[in-house]
Amino acid sequence: MEPITTITSTTIPLMKENIDTDQIIPKQFLKNILKVGYGKNLFYDWRYLADRTPNPEFILNQPERQGAQILVTGDNFGCGSSREHAVWALKDFGFKVIIAGGYSDIFYMNSTKNGVLAIILPEEQRRILAQIPTDAKITVDLPQQQVRYQHFSFDFDIDPLWKNKFIKGLDDIAITMGYEDQIAAYEANIPNYN
Amino acid sequence: MKQTMFDKLWDRHVISGEPGGPQLIYVDLHLVHEVTSPQAFEGLRENGRQVRRTDKTFATMDHNVPTTDIFNVKDAISRKQIETLARNAKEFGIRLAGMGHADQGIIHVIGPQLGLTQPGMVVVCGDSHTATHGAFGSIAFGIGTSEVEHVLATQTIWQTKPKTMGIHVHGRLPHGVYAKDIIMGIIAREGVAFGTGYAVELYGDTIENMSMEERMTLCNMGIEGGAKMCNVKPDQTTFDYVAGRKYAPKNMKRAIADWKQYYTDSPEAFDKVIDFDVHKLAPFVSWGTNPGMSVPVDEKLPEIKNADDQKAFDYVGLRPGQPVLDIPIQYAFFGSCTNGRLSDLKIAANVLKGHHIAAGVTALVVPGSRAVKEAAEKMGIDQIFKNAGCEWREPGCSACLGMNPDQVPAGLHCASTSNRNFEGRQGAGSRTHLASPAMVAYAAINGHFVDIRKEEV
Repeated sequence: MEPITTITSTTIPLMKENIDTDQIIPKQFLKNILKVGYGKNLFYDWRYLADRTPNPEFILNQPERQGAQILVTGDNFGCGSSREHAVWALKDFGFKVIIAGGYSDIFYMNSTKNGVLAIILPEEQRRILAQIPTDAKITVDLPQQQVRYQHFSFDFDIDPLWKNKFIKGLDDIAITMGYEDQIAAYEANIPNYN
Repeated sequence: MKQTMFDKLWDRHVISGEPGGPQLIYVDLHLVHEVTSPQAFEGLRENGRQVRRTDKTFATMDHNVPTTDIFNVKDAISRKQIETLARNAKEFGIRLAGMGHADQGIIHVIGPQLGLTQPGMVVVCGDSHTATHGAFGSIAFGIGTSEVEHVLATQTIWQTKPKTMGIHVHGRLPHGVYAKDIIMGIIAREGVAFGTGYAVELYGDTIENMSMEERMTLCNMGIEGGAKMCNVKPDQTTFDYVAGRKYAPKNMKRAIADWKQYYTDSPEAFDKVIDFDVHKLAPFVSWGTNPGMSVPVDEKLPEIKNADDQKAFDYVGLRPGQPVLDIPIQYAFFGSCTNGRLSDLKIAANVLKGHHIAAGVTALVVPGSRAVKEAAEKMGIDQIFKNAGCEWREPGCSACLGMNPDQVPAGLHCASTSNRNFEGRQGAGSRTHLASPAMVAYAAINGHFVDIRKEEV
């Protein structure tokens, strides 16, 4: 997993509450064998018109928004279906950080497993971030647990376990491999019925 | 302190971590299928990792496989998922019951059938119906794709221990009433989320008198009540079932002595206990769009209590107050990890023998595995189905979820031995009515449900 320490980037605000994973990536795109390639179908039903051409009104399609790595959004983000494809789609599109009012438990766990930093900030702070100029950049400083823009500085919480994981670019598997001795000791004691 | 079987098995498998938080637990059996595994293997490759214990991993193709000509997978994406699993199994050295292999079948049917599933184990699979394997007195649950990758690489999984619930099931089952009706009855009474956050143990004289196939049907649908883990105490029935199977312990005596250490001390050990008396239970039929929307066959469809009910009635094209017996049936599906075993097919065949399905009804019979199919053919059961006008197919998940071409057309009502009646589950616009194999067989003959307690079964 790619480590995340400090990210400075433009943003895409999508200030809607309860965005569910069906909206993030509809079910017709789940029959794939890779974790990549979902970005083009991210927010499919909002992003494309009935004739499958991009909807110019939708913020993800605006040329000046391209390259943004931070999504600023509403409360209860990623609710509904457990599909891990939702995180894969956000990541594939280029998002490394999501700033929301909250997340479904499953989405949050899926994001930590895929190196997408899911930050929780209160609404008034997210409103400020959502209204900055299109070309303005904000800084997400994970070691300091701060989101900064001009003179604003917003603190956020993160479990020390997950923080360490992001900063070092560890994945769950790498962490568990640190328990190799205990796993091997366990295996040595599995009863043999043969 | 008194402990449940689940508590004892959990403690035995903990490698690290304190109670209350995530704990690292060991996995004894990892079952793999083609739909939820490709990204997991890709993750191993990207990071240069191996499968830690190929001897504890077993794969098959089931969700996507066609049931007519199995070597002619017409859907390109399905074919790619199937070919990818074959390639991954070869590359990583995993045992595979591939296309046409004698051991191929629905993963939750072949695990027990091959003796891979054993008491005392932690069993995982990227599929929610992994709960089935709990019937052997194991901890068995479905996992996500990242977790599949984690288990492949480490043979362990991080989990927070759930609470425990005992369901005391007692009484003699009436004529025409089956394990399927018990679990549907429990979910209809307790709701589709009653088991969320719990590991459920089913116990009582009714359970003790059941075959392993019946116990598997019960545990399989535990997840439809929210219980991702559902188990039954292993007893002589369990041991007799396991003994002698392909991957069963060679020293059964030693194995049984070990397994018997993990029984629940007393029902007081459960965090919660519910009671379910079956002696007056009726056959159940689902009418709506989740498995909790089910009623006894001799009742009328319920009144509309909320927006969900209204939406369900609109979807299935039925009315409140309509008798269950009036639901028209145009499709019948025999199969799935719930009711696709030999005993299920035997029951349905007994009903169909000497009869023909009603005009306008299409009936698919999809054995749960190749071994089930071959055993049925040896007994002549396939002929009974064919003579009755049913289509006898190759094994797989098939019309339970319609990822292969076996789909119920929009607007048609299907009497189904499967486990989920969600909107679009068996095909866009399909209307699923869950019931036991005997109920589905009678519905196929009559073109509508009948109260089989009044019939010979």
